[in-house]
Amino acid sequence: MKAFATLFTAIDQSTKTTVKTAALAEYFRTAPAQDKLWCVALFSGRRPKRAVTTTQLREWAAERAGLPLWLVEESYPVVGDLAETIALILPPAQHEGDASLTTWIEGLLEYPALDLETRKARILEAWDQLDETGRFLFNKLITGGFRIGISRKLMTRALAQATGQDEAAMALRLMGDWTPQSTSWERLIENPTPEEDDSRPYPFYLAYQLETAPGDLGNPHDWQAEWKWDGIRGQLILRGGAHHVWSRGEELMTDRFPELARALDFLPEGLVFDGEIVAWDGTQPLPFNTLQPRIGRKTVPKKLLRDAPVVLLAYDLLEADGTDLRDTPLKKRRARLDQLLEGLPPDAPVRPSPVIGFDDWEALAQVRATAREERAEGLMLKRLDAPYLAGRKKGDWWKWKLDPLTVDAVMIYAQQGSGRRANLFTDFTFAAWNGNELVPFTKAYSGLTDAEFNRITAWVRRNTQQRFGPVRQVKPELVFEIAFEGIQPSPRHKSGLSLRFPRMARWREDKPAQEANTLDDLREMLALYG
Amino acid sequence: MSAGMSDVLTFTDRGIYCPAGDFHIDPWRPVDRALITHGHSDHARPGHGAYLATEGAAPVIRHRLGADITLETIRYGEERRIGRATVSFHPAGHIPGSAQVRVEVGGEVWVVSGDYKLAPDGLCETFEPIRCHAFITECTFGLPVFKWAPQAQVAAEINDWWADCAASGRTAMLGAYSLGKAQRLLALVDPGIGPILTHGAVENTNEVLRAQGYTLPRTLRVTPDLDPKHHMKQHGGALVIAPPSALGTPWARRFGAVSAGVASGWMRMRGVRRRRGADRGFVLSDHADWAELQTAIRETGAERIFATHGYTEIFSQWLASEGYDAKVVPTEFGTEDDSAEGDSHGDAA
Repeated sequence: MKAFATLFTAIDQSTKTTVKTAALAEYFRTAPAQDKLWCVALFSGRRPKRAVTTTQLREWAAERAGLPLWLVEESYPVVGDLAETIALILPPAQHEGDASLTTWIEGLLEYPALDLETRKARILEAWDQLDETGRFLFNKLITGGFRIGISRKLMTRALAQATGQDEAAMALRLMGDWTPQSTSWERLIENPTPEEDDSRPYPFYLAYQLETAPGDLGNPHDWQAEWKWDGIRGQLILRGGAHHVWSRGEELMTDRFPELARALDFLPEGLVFDGEIVAWDGTQPLPFNTLQPRIGRKTVPKKLLRDAPVVLLAYDLLEADGTDLRDTPLKKRRARLDQLLEGLPPDAPVRPSPVIGFDDWEALAQVRATAREERAEGLMLKRLDAPYLAGRKKGDWWKWKLDPLTVDAVMIYAQQGSGRRANLFTDFTFAAWNGNELVPFTKAYSGLTDAEFNRITAWVRRNTQQRFGPVRQVKPELVFEIAFEGIQPSPRHKSGLSLRFPRMARWREDKPAQEANTLDDLREMLALYG
Repeated sequence: MSAGMSDVLTFTDRGIYCPAGDFHIDPWRPVDRALITHGHSDHARPGHGAYLATEGAAPVIRHRLGADITLETIRYGEERRIGRATVSFHPAGHIPGSAQVRVEVGGEVWVVSGDYKLAPDGLCETFEPIRCHAFITECTFGLPVFKWAPQAQVAAEINDWWADCAASGRTAMLGAYSLGKAQRLLALVDPGIGPILTHGAVENTNEVLRAQGYTLPRTLRVTPDLDPKHHMKQHGGALVIAPPSALGTPWARRFGAVSAGVASGWMRMRGVRRRRGADRGFVLSDHADWAELQTAIRETGAERIFATHGYTEIFSQWLASEGYDAKVVPTEFGTEDDSAEGDSHGDAA
């Protein structure tokens, strides 16, 4: 664990990607093969199955630290990370051990076969022999989510550097359904056997938001426009007589969308589509909140299948006849896609996402303005002669989203943030006027600078009217412009509506609270865009 | 205390007030008579009619608020009668000259802690426990996640980092509050590693404290005429101590390749460390940690505890569960630094 802890500390202590990459590459050159493989697995979201609940962890940690459970639970939101909270409250280690990363993980893999008392004894024993960093990492192994400032791109680069291999090939190899138990460092990284995994997706190509006028992109005829759908980005893979569905977050979602299995009835094998999974009413996508309940469900009840049936709106073809097409220009890939999907019956679960014809940017801007009616968030612009790249790259693909909807709202409650923002007031509740009453309608906690959060924190301390535990009711005085992507009816909320992606667009220091928007203004928006 | 008897201290919108002596302690709005625990700007504010502070704290308060303020001084432990109250000041261990204020009225003793820490730091007067009936305590770090390592260990971490920077041709730049933390760091680093340069705000305070007789290592003030790159070539391996707000600004960029460190109790939390964007976070605070808070409270023998400034709700709930009569007192400590330094009160921590 010490070598891994040293790697973690080096990464955690630096804000520079070059330093992080070098530290990782060094680890990939020197650590034992199985430790390296686990390191790659952990940093790409693969972790041992959780063998104890976080509630048990909290109770055991409280017991070991001699603190009441409620105090541990109050400390957790301040720190923002349970693994870290526990590492910080435990008494110092009693004796030192230096088992390897793999040894620790293999220990955890045995847990499901052990009774609860034995698991507890093992965890207490681990805490007693690890220092604070070691404990934090051990707790992370249990609770999961190794988000420590290592992007997939950075890890891929470090692996490429350490092994002298091509970065793009490495990125492809890391995709798919492998685990450290199903493969080895040698087979996965050093000496891969090609195409052994039928379910393996391609790295997604991700677009940046367009920052300038589209006119700067040059000749409109070099570009393809499509609707930007508000669904789940996914790859549908038809290989070896089976279908596989991957999310952009590289989660295998095949079982969640059983409708897509029927793709095999209509299409040949050896195909990989990139597209958007949307709930579909037969002619157009349903709003995102219709799709939402399906995201978390691993098995789908019949009623949900009926209420929110999904299709894949395909906009790219990455593989055909088992051949990787990513290097062919979009224009050709798209022609091939259209050819495949043309003439499929309306009940086929894969449909082409339409291409929007346009001759000049002005005309396209007018089309974009109608995106909400099409249940789209805006447009995608893709260069016709571009290959399909891996990861987020500037230049060939752009999101040209609609401007968000906005309202001016009054801050009425404030709460301290956690983790990075532990000692600042950053989480706010906003209200709109209903006559003389302020009705809360949304929370927001992003969009301002640290300097603004600092000033607001000072203001909150001086203008607290009442405290409800960690929540402070503040003088209804500060006005913020709230930007959001959509608005939906919601009987659960007092305001009767809820917003999609609310955030603070700016602090309206120029505006008195009386001039903030009203609930009627919001209801009007709901009628227009809901 | 018996029912019906009035409290020695009360809590008003101007701050902590003593009706028997008609004075305030660390008030945040102008009052006629203010007793000041220490010179940090959220405790020593401008605009009061008369000030009373320790001899050790007075020079910095004058330096910050102006030579023309009406300021009387008092020695640690010296008793003074104000109205029907007897007051005395006792070391708080927070920064040089910092004090707790003891107020006695008719045999009832209350103590205002100001900001404090228990562990000796080698520079300021060490905290002294005072027996009292009611204790008004800060609890900036009143959560069990806050545990400080021994100062010698943190000093070794800082010296190692500085030596590493020196060896790799980078300037080590430490962000530290200009009064207190900066001088504590000066007193604990190893001046043998290289030259120590200071930001003007830090060096101004150094001059005040040196004149009082506090011993600090040799420092060089960063002035507009100082060519840092040339200086680095000449001396190499410098440590620069500057207020945290100077990190990442054009002022800091003149030093070329810099490794930025921050020394604060908040560095105990990974999230805060990352928000500050520093290369290194050193957990070093001039406030009491969780265990020190418990010790300090226990040693006062007080039954009534008022928690101010920090995780007050959680901390007072904990004290109540331990059998104390604990309450939360809203204060505005920790706000002036926010606007003055453009950063949160964590800088003074």
